[in-house]
Amino acid sequence: MAEPLPVAILIEDERQIRRFVRTALEAEGWSIHEAATMRDGLNDAGTRRPDLIILDLGLPDGDGVQFLRDLRGWSKVPVIVLSARVSEQDKIEALDAGADDYLTKPFGVGELLARVRATARRRLDGAVDPNAAFTFGDVKIDLSQRTVYKGGAAIHLTPIEFRLLGLLIANSGKVLTHRQILREVWGPAHAEDGHYVRVYMGHLRQKLEDDPAQPRHILTETAVGYRLVQNAR
Amino acid sequence: MATSADQRPDPDLLLAKVNEQERKARRGRLRIYFGSSAGVGKTYAMLVAARKLESEGRKVLVGVVETHGRAETAVLLDGLDVLPPKSVEYRGRALAEFDLDAALNRHPELILIDELAHSNVSGMRHPKRWQDVDELLAAGIDVFSTLNVQHLESLNDVVGGITNVRVWETIPDKVFDAADEVVLVDIPADELLARLKAGKVYVAHQAERAAQHFFRKGNLMALRELALRRTADRVEGDVQAYRVDQSIESVWKTASALLTCVGPDPAAERVVRAAARLAGQLNAEWHAIYVETPSLQRLAAAKREKILANLNLAQTLGATTAVIADAQIAESVIAYARKNNLSKLVIGRDPIRRLWPWQRSSGQRLAMLAPDIDLIEIGRAVNQSAESSRESNRFTPLYEVESSERRNAKRLRYVWAAAACVGMTLLSIPLASHFDRSNIVAIFILTVVLVARLGRGPAALAAVLSVCAFDFFFVPPRFSFAVSDVQYLLTFFVMLAVGLSVGQLTTGLRFQARVASHREERAGSLYEIARDLSAAVQVEQVVKISDASIQRTFRASAALLLPDSSGRLVDTSSAPLKRVDALPVEIGTAQWAFDRGQPAGFGTDTLPGSEVLYIPLRAPTQARGVLAVKAHNRRLLRIPEQRQLLDTFAALIAIALERVHYVGVAQDALLKMESERLRNSLLAALSHDLRTPLTVLVGLAESLALTAPGLSSVQLETAQAIQDEARRMSTLVSNLLDMARIESGGVTLNLQWQPLEEVVGAALESARGMLQQHRVVVQIPRDLPLVKFDAVLIERVLVNLLENESKYTPPGSTVTLSAEAVDDQLKVSVSDNGPGLPVGREEAVFQKFTRGERESATPGVGLGLAICRAIIESHQGKITAAQRPGGGAVFTFTLPLGFPPRIADG
Repeated sequence: MAEPLPVAILIEDERQIRRFVRTALEAEGWSIHEAATMRDGLNDAGTRRPDLIILDLGLPDGDGVQFLRDLRGWSKVPVIVLSARVSEQDKIEALDAGADDYLTKPFGVGELLARVRATARRRLDGAVDPNAAFTFGDVKIDLSQRTVYKGGAAIHLTPIEFRLLGLLIANSGKVLTHRQILREVWGPAHAEDGHYVRVYMGHLRQKLEDDPAQPRHILTETAVGYRLVQNAR
Repeated sequence: MATSADQRPDPDLLLAKVNEQERKARRGRLRIYFGSSAGVGKTYAMLVAARKLESEGRKVLVGVVETHGRAETAVLLDGLDVLPPKSVEYRGRALAEFDLDAALNRHPELILIDELAHSNVSGMRHPKRWQDVDELLAAGIDVFSTLNVQHLESLNDVVGGITNVRVWETIPDKVFDAADEVVLVDIPADELLARLKAGKVYVAHQAERAAQHFFRKGNLMALRELALRRTADRVEGDVQAYRVDQSIESVWKTASALLTCVGPDPAAERVVRAAARLAGQLNAEWHAIYVETPSLQRLAAAKREKILANLNLAQTLGATTAVIADAQIAESVIAYARKNNLSKLVIGRDPIRRLWPWQRSSGQRLAMLAPDIDLIEIGRAVNQSAESSRESNRFTPLYEVESSERRNAKRLRYVWAAAACVGMTLLSIPLASHFDRSNIVAIFILTVVLVARLGRGPAALAAVLSVCAFDFFFVPPRFSFAVSDVQYLLTFFVMLAVGLSVGQLTTGLRFQARVASHREERAGSLYEIARDLSAAVQVEQVVKISDASIQRTFRASAALLLPDSSGRLVDTSSAPLKRVDALPVEIGTAQWAFDRGQPAGFGTDTLPGSEVLYIPLRAPTQARGVLAVKAHNRRLLRIPEQRQLLDTFAALIAIALERVHYVGVAQDALLKMESERLRNSLLAALSHDLRTPLTVLVGLAESLALTAPGLSSVQLETAQAIQDEARRMSTLVSNLLDMARIESGGVTLNLQWQPLEEVVGAALESARGMLQQHRVVVQIPRDLPLVKFDAVLIERVLVNLLENESKYTPPGSTVTLSAEAVDDQLKVSVSDNGPGLPVGREEAVFQKFTRGERESATPGVGLGLAICRAIIESHQGKITAAQRPGGGAVFTFTLPLGFPPRIADG
């Protein structure tokens, strides 16, 4: 008997969307459980031991953010949320409430699968080994030695820049909101100083990206936060 | 308290100085040409100075100049711009008066107004010319004016004493003291007399008379001394002000403020003037108070008005005034002095009229109560007693408006008193044989006590009648007024005394009860209007309630004048719900009261001839309108308590209006919030309903392409086309929804300080697919400051501009995105080396549903640039399109730079 298939729960009220997402994920080797309402979704999440949840934020019977808060009380299963483009605030709230990633409607199957793969890989790999070296592009970082090389040349980072980079690496592939970054790097007192993150992110790009105006790895999720992409598209 | 070690200027004093300077910066400057008497050459000096200024190019207007037929003065008027006087009809004669409104309209830099102390003809806006001048100054016009020493209020009595000519046209000293400059025009008495003789002061026939009365050499010298002294006082004040300015410490004076008490004593006016002079000499502030005891409240109305007039005088002489209601005069005076830190007390000397050895003068009482306060007694004038005896002492209770009805009731009371005595006598006659006469006396005394309830007069009548009846009917020899036993004389005396004193007592009590009931009535009406107004939620209700309350309380008709949106007053009485017998409201006067925040009309300083009183409704944030009141009994509005009550009413109405106003504002805000919520939920629903099928389309088309086994190339192409079209549809929907949202004002900008570079990166990432055939060059300096903008929207602008480039430039073109900081703007431009814009349509491309070429094969409906413009304008920026020098198009938008927050190092 082969290894059991990974289980994903798809919580989405639109049947046609469920249909193509199911088709795409089943082709990737997932076992899918569909739920049309928040309540069913929560039940499934509790009983089916899922490896992934795909959650539409605009469900008829409730608030997706509340779902995430409930879920995060007892489960660390990765969650990808689906949301309309207009509501950046919803996405931020969902991410702050514990979602791992998001997709903006309308999205293509390709984008969906890329996100699913990245999220699943992060889950399988577990946390980044703090002592291991991490590379993206021609940048090589040794977290234990606190050294950064770009194309073989040593790069000097300030302590805050290094903490920031460390946070991005620890959450590689995942979207971090401004609030999350501020809390982790500057502490809770600076939760409202969004411009700090932007300025230091700019410094990091200047030092690590080939073209800071067209970054390949340290990507901006406009008005939401940042994402470190290890393998540029 | 300043100590000797305190070398620094008092900050409060300096602040006051700065405030004063700021206030003066807006106000015009007043220069007074000051002289000891007519004929010294004030007008002449004023005109010479004005001519000089005009030759320097200042705009000078002659408001009023009296030449008094003096030729050398008249010559100076030649060539100056003279304001035509306003002709006023007064008692059948046409009088020329200064035209204030014309002067305000002309708004010259400098205006000449002769004779500052002049009283205007009744019917003008202000009773006094100095008030006209005040308004000119307030309008920022400089004023030159002239003044003689005898017209100064505080010196008025002194000058009167010297010359035996009392002038009635006076100005308050504060006007003189507040003048920015005083120029003393002075000539020796002999020279003045010589000029008078030469006919240079008055024309011949007047000169003779004037010389006899006023222009005596002794007078002139005394007046000259007064004028010089007064000017010296002022100069001293200037010097002190200068010293404070320049922080020359040595002369810091400790607060030595004065307090004076105003009472019913006829000498009060003298005391007030003396206190004013003293305060002037000490350069100290001063207060005047009137302690109203119950017995003082019982005074005749004329006397009370005299007291209040004295208090008013004190106010015009620069005092802070207060009326205190208290039974204990001395105690409350001391308490006031302590509270306001007043160290000197100025009182009039009591007349020496001590009845009992233990009685003390008020001075002694004050000295005993507060040994630490300096006491200054002002002596009495010798002829004062004559004046006081002239005063009417007739008792007229304050609120009693004598009517025939009331007089009849009074008469009836006397009849009742007499009837009671007769009845009791008839009743007692049969008892005389059975009871002792002393018991009969008791019955009569009982009668008197009972009758005393009817008042003092009836009680006295009853006492006298009882004595007579007792004597006539019961004292032997009976039926005769003769008295055989002397001891009955004592009985008579006791009966009379009891009757009179009981009557006196009851009357006092009744008066107090009436005063108390009036107080209660006032409190009651205040309570009522406050209660009613607190329930009002509409302006109409406030109007109705205040109208009814004022009608009830003051027996007056009232109207509320409320401002429209531009601050012009509108008479609400024109609204249909008002009565027809509306009062004759003069909107102009009401507007004046509203603009100045000062009462005008009847009983005030402004247009006192009007029948209607206009009280501005001052609420905490701004004036809310004007209350116009016309009392049927005019005297009622003159009583201070009633005026205070009316002012309190006005304040209550103002607050009610303000509350109603904010209720309206809150409702509007609620409505706006509600409609915004509705709009947002509508747009969200629309967006969801439109996007869901598009998502399905995109997803299904893509999964179709991925189906195994693979599709044929034609099928694959079809699937791809479906996907592309669905995505384009999605963009279109987004554009339409965004446009709808921006146009309806429903977008709340999420403004954040951020680097432009970041949003440029995100936009290029989004547009990567579209621009695959183009070369993209980014030129952003590294040291650009942070800018405050909504990242999503600006990204949208950039994406739209880039998308435009992809549509309207041929593949292989170069698209350049550059940014620079210019002055206080960040300038971002997107340019290309393509075919450029259609000539003359650079502006039109930002219109909705406009596209570069009509009916072209390029997809899109032309919303992109319109959205860009809406977004940039909501950021207070500008977006323009132009031909690029050297071919191609350039789109440029700006964002304001502002002051980015500092970043802590780390």
